[in-house]
Amino acid sequence: MGKISIEGTSKTPTVVFDSQEGVLELKGRSIPENSIEFYKPIVESLNDYSDGPNEFTKVNIQLEYFNTSSSKCILDLFKKLESIHKGGSDVIINWFYEEDDEDMLEAGEDYQAIINVPFKMIETPVDE
Amino acid sequence: MKHNDIMLSFKGDVTSEMLTSMLQIMEAKLDNLGEPSKMKRKVYNVLVECLQNLYHHRDEMKRIGIDEESAAIFMIGRNDKGYNIVTGNYILTERVESLKGKIDHVNSLDKDGLKTLYKEVLNNDERSQKGGGGLGIIDIARKSGQNLVYDFMEVDKRYSFFSLYINIV
Repeated sequence: MGKISIEGTSKTPTVVFDSQEGVLELKGRSIPENSIEFYKPIVESLNDYSDGPNEFTKVNIQLEYFNTSSSKCILDLFKKLESIHKGGSDVIINWFYEEDDEDMLEAGEDYQAIINVPFKMIETPVDE
Repeated sequence: MKHNDIMLSFKGDVTSEMLTSMLQIMEAKLDNLGEPSKMKRKVYNVLVECLQNLYHHRDEMKRIGIDEESAAIFMIGRNDKGYNIVTGNYILTERVESLKGKIDHVNSLDKDGLKTLYKEVLNNDERSQKGGGGLGIIDIARKSGQNLVYDFMEVDKRYSFFSLYINIV
């Protein structure tokens, strides 16, 4: 069931959600003016998925930029994942950041402090 | 006066298309200058928040009948120390006190204080229609690492002009 595949633009990330595989990925930039509208279908799919999640859910977040309007939507996704985790399924959030991007690492740590799900901070080489 | 190169300035209605163009121009300029990726990211992040702030206040401006051509100003300059951004827009005079209080509070906090406040606001359930829910100013302060300088000029009882000066060094 539920499968989302959204191609990225200069303002919105590439999104892959595969409920069969239990994988959610956000990659690229998330700086739309109206983030709620963009994230709505993703939040909804994750909502449906949370009714019968896989034993293991893997989330990859690899963002170059995200605006504050997206940050609340990303938190919504994470809260949904938290409830899946609370329900007894394994969830891991892999948070990727470029090696010199302290702000992005810190942003990941901010979420980690709020959300009760295992996070893994993964450094990637600088993409010049 | 310190030498300051103005890289882009704009006056008018910040539409979605305009915002996108300005971001594209600035990104290309930052690339051409060969700015280290760290500085590039900070400037770009602050630009996004500033321009989207202006964009989100468009409707309010229209409601109070501000002429579109003078709805907002935006300027970004560069000097030997770093970048400076100026934004200006009309706001309802009744909102001045709360916005002033918010910026003063942000300015009173150090790095850790800003981080704590950011997490608090991120995690509260309040949000504005477009989603930000008051995180913009905090994020700008965190990324710039400098106090935010502002000015409010009362135009009349109904509206005031709000200017914000941001330094990124």
